[in-house]
Amino acid sequence: MRRAGLARDALVLVALTAYAAPFFWQLLTSIKPEADLLRLPPLLPARLTLAHYRAVLEQSLMPQALGNSLGVAAATTLLALGAGLPAAYAIARLPVPGRRALLLALVASTAFPQIATVSPLYLLLRALRLRDTWTALVLAHASFALPLTVWLLAGFIHEIPRALEESAAVDGASRAQALRSVLLPLLAPGLASAGLLAFLSSWNEFLFAYTFTASEASRTVPVALALFPGVFEVPWGDIAAASMLASLPPLLIVVALQRALVRGLLAGAVKE
Amino acid sequence: MTPRERADRRRGLLLLAPTLAILGVVTVYPGAWVLWLSLQHRIPVFGVERFAGVSHYVFLAGDPRFWSAVWTTAVFTASSVALELVLGVLAALALAGQRRGRHLAFSLLLLAWAMPAVVTAKLFEWLYHPAAGLLNFLLGARLNWLGDPGLALPAVVLADVWRTLPFVAVLAYARLLAIPAELVEAAQVDGAGRAATFRHVTLPLLRRILAIAALFRTLDALRAFDIMFVLTGGGPAGTTETLTVYAYRGLFQMLQLGFGSAVGVVVFALVMTVAWAYVRLLSAEESRA
Repeated sequence: MRRAGLARDALVLVALTAYAAPFFWQLLTSIKPEADLLRLPPLLPARLTLAHYRAVLEQSLMPQALGNSLGVAAATTLLALGAGLPAAYAIARLPVPGRRALLLALVASTAFPQIATVSPLYLLLRALRLRDTWTALVLAHASFALPLTVWLLAGFIHEIPRALEESAAVDGASRAQALRSVLLPLLAPGLASAGLLAFLSSWNEFLFAYTFTASEASRTVPVALALFPGVFEVPWGDIAAASMLASLPPLLIVVALQRALVRGLLAGAVKE
Repeated sequence: MTPRERADRRRGLLLLAPTLAILGVVTVYPGAWVLWLSLQHRIPVFGVERFAGVSHYVFLAGDPRFWSAVWTTAVFTASSVALELVLGVLAALALAGQRRGRHLAFSLLLLAWAMPAVVTAKLFEWLYHPAAGLLNFLLGARLNWLGDPGLALPAVVLADVWRTLPFVAVLAYARLLAIPAELVEAAQVDGAGRAATFRHVTLPLLRRILAIAALFRTLDALRAFDIMFVLTGGGPAGTTETLTVYAYRGLFQMLQLGFGSAVGVVVFALVMTVAWAYVRLLSAEESRA
């Protein structure tokens, strides 16, 4: 019985590794020597090289793009949490007029197609002289990261018993103190989940980033990857290396912060 | 209303103000403006800017390229959502029995979902390479996946299914864990086989979460852009040109801001109609249950 269980577990892992094969194949491509790239078989190259990573890091615009993506995603996350936490608290705890309509509007705004808002936003950002800046992307990314964050955090706050804050208030703590010392620690996992999803959504976003940027001053990783230049032929090895660099933060989040990621993913869907 | 309640109300609005202000600028305003833009001839490079009424919509009604994009969007959405649901449930069933290596299993699964769609497109472009692609090597074939009008859309669907089935799997998995083991055991004691147990016990309990997953995935599939834009650019011969790609071409390649906006508005209307229909359907079912 135990044996059968172990074999079954192993089988599932093998199947999932096969499922993830496109990623591993790209990883292998990124360390294959140039001469072996367009030859198949053999599946495994005789020697490995870091030449593609060196080329990407030294001769492409990927390092600037990585910096832009990190900056934009971090700022988007801060904005979403900074504006979203007070709003979520108000929705979950205070007698706000039109609460239901507000929640509905938040959900509806997460369904707004970017292809519909991209043209007005383009004109708006151009008029504000914000094209090709981080600010433009942070504002544009707030359009999906902020409603998501408010929605998630309102749900998480709703789950924390109100009585905990009230008893702190009875003990003589001011409301602000009660929030800081009672609510905030309990909300920390929820903040982490919402923040991770906001970060990922900004890191991965392509349409706005592609449209509102014009140079390496603000081009993010997905844009740099989509526009990856080849002189005479497609540089598959360099593209593979650039893909791996673009996947690094999502990979770290999936491996190291999996629990918080899954919690956020579930909370967004299950509390409808 | 007591003074305290009044103060709380004021405080609530104050706390909401930054969010409402930001969303007003980046969502509500563009959402309304795009309707107005779609009623204009607007070609910034030539300085053209005049009212066009509904002429863009009239043009679209008789535009074969538009109807081809509608069809492509429908086929893409229906086939990728259906495949994601089936494969997602299978993955969830496999994971639910997993005792060891669960963290690793989830890492392998979630990676595809967490990476940028542009990376997915690059991964699959390389897998589909006619001469050096892994797929043709494994199949022993020499198919031109992205160049053959009959294969390109299925190839794009496959890449999208790969990317999004983890989402369905995680939702279904969480629901599976919440099903009491006694229920399944009772069915098996009553002599139900595994297939019968799945059909009559597990699947009905998964219904609601699968309906929600289907809603999210349908909305995303209708709005999908990155994967086809980067993988095929809408080609070959327009066979993978969805409404979003057509709208983008209108906006930023033909530089017809008014016309492109009209196509964007169609996507907008489509998404909102589907969302509304789903919500009505779900609540009707709930009130019956």
